[in-house]
Amino acid sequence: MSESGTPVKEEKGQAEPDTGTPLVEMRGITKRFGGLTALNEVDLSVGFSEVVGLVGDNGAGKSTLISILSGALRQTRGELLYKGEKVDIRTPEDAKELGIETVYQDLALADNIDVAGNLFLGREIGAYTLGPFKFLARKKMRQKAREVLEVLNIGFDSMRTKVRNLSGGQRQAIAVARSIYTDPDLVILDEPTAALAVEESERVLDLINDLQEQGISVIFISHTLQEVFSTADRIVVLNQGNKVGDLKPEETDMDEVVKLMIGGRYDNGSE
Amino acid sequence: MVLNRDWRGLIANYGIYIGFFGLIVALSLITDRFLTFRNLLNVAEQASLISIVGIGMTMVILMGEIDLSVGSIVALSGVVTGGSLTGGLGLPISLLIGLGTGLGLGLVNGIITVYGEIPSFIVTLGMLSVAKGLTLLYTGGKPVWGFGDVFKFIGGGKLFGIPLPVIIAACLYLLALVILNFTQIGRYIYAIGGNQRAVRLAGVKVERLKMVVFGVSGFFAAISGIILASRLASAQPTAGSGWELDAIAAVVLGGTSLYGGEGQLAGTLVGALIFSVINNGMILTGIPTFFQYVVKGGIIILALLLDKKLRQS
Repeated sequence: MSESGTPVKEEKGQAEPDTGTPLVEMRGITKRFGGLTALNEVDLSVGFSEVVGLVGDNGAGKSTLISILSGALRQTRGELLYKGEKVDIRTPEDAKELGIETVYQDLALADNIDVAGNLFLGREIGAYTLGPFKFLARKKMRQKAREVLEVLNIGFDSMRTKVRNLSGGQRQAIAVARSIYTDPDLVILDEPTAALAVEESERVLDLINDLQEQGISVIFISHTLQEVFSTADRIVVLNQGNKVGDLKPEETDMDEVVKLMIGGRYDNGSE
Repeated sequence: MVLNRDWRGLIANYGIYIGFFGLIVALSLITDRFLTFRNLLNVAEQASLISIVGIGMTMVILMGEIDLSVGSIVALSGVVTGGSLTGGLGLPISLLIGLGTGLGLGLVNGIITVYGEIPSFIVTLGMLSVAKGLTLLYTGGKPVWGFGDVFKFIGGGKLFGIPLPVIIAACLYLLALVILNFTQIGRYIYAIGGNQRAVRLAGVKVERLKMVVFGVSGFFAAISGIILASRLASAQPTAGSGWELDAIAAVVLGGTSLYGGEGQLAGTLVGALIFSVINNGMILTGIPTFFQYVVKGGIIILALLLDKKLRQS
């Protein structure tokens, strides 16, 4: 795929932010599982280089919403626009092809493989190929892995350390580094700080800012409102499958967001 | 016993090799008939067939799966090759039929495991019985024999004084070692054992690869079965019985985790050699051979206990 792809985001010359067209638009997204309505006519847009924090109580539909965008689920109704054009995202591969990368909550790393191996999983660099056998260019991959991680300001002692022996923050960094290797427009992070200590969480939030500086848009789910307020450009609040808030952090406060997250729970029973 | 961390790690990682070396030294001291070229070749030849089966088994176990059907495939591919030979199909075609039988049944194992989403333990347990039944149906329970000298050379011949089965096993190990340690496919086999979902999300066709590895396991069992039929100059319907367990024992003693993702093919080879050396040593020292089962089982359990204790701290 991107044999020579550099980790550093370069100028892309595509639709500029100032034309007003957002990078991604989800319009009227409804998702039903049998009789259960997980999402009800939800709109979500993400601008170029914008960081959107997605919040909501358990079962609010956050994961469902991003699963639709990342190709893991398909919406029952509603449409997706990418750079102003209508798109159909049927599989995770479709999403990747558009430029949407997803870092899953469990990170999807192979614990028994080293740092470089995980970074290049599925797109190994070969030294030479013999029939069905592609011989790994290990040294080159270690060197490239080091470069990618340096861009993200994450230090690793060795590219040969097995991922199992790393801290939660380091693991998260590898998963993020892997997601940006293909030069995406948008990275979706599903609860990136849920399993981390405070200090490591801060490093991951720094990482989100780094992505933004490189011109990458980010959607991230979090349960910690402080993180969302300090990192996001916009906060989208879901409640029982409905979008109940789309706010700028500087124009709101945590009380309001919490009220939106839990509010209207009992008077919204009309089907 | 007080050992510091490094030593513990070293022993845990290389214990099998240290144990193997210790065993050789001990037997050399006990009996002067052990450390002779002729006897060592004998040991290697005894180990060669199980260790060939162990190659495929190692790959399957590294992916977190298991293949219980290899013993039955050894017998079936042996009698099918033998039957084709005595039926006048000629050596090349008979060999192809035998190898194809192993490969085909292995692929069936893989297809049902992967696409039927049934645990390989169950699928290959079923195949164990199916292949055994097919062998008995094909032969009527009687051995197949009456092969030409060319065929008998495969299992009984020597090259530069070294038995051909040993040379074949060595070549196959070299090939498999390179694939497992230096190629993308090898990397995926390990990674699937570590986190199958992660490999799939990375865009790798996990299902197809798993299917092929099951096929390879059947193929190696067939190679072993053909060599065995050749060496005995007859294909026995009961050949290879219980070999699946011997192969698994060699893999596990060699340090490969049954949960997948961890282990080395070289360990399997040493594991198979250890069992062969113990067998040989017991014969040389006059210990009744029935003891070998007890000793073999005891060694596996002890080795894994020790491994766990060493890694815990």
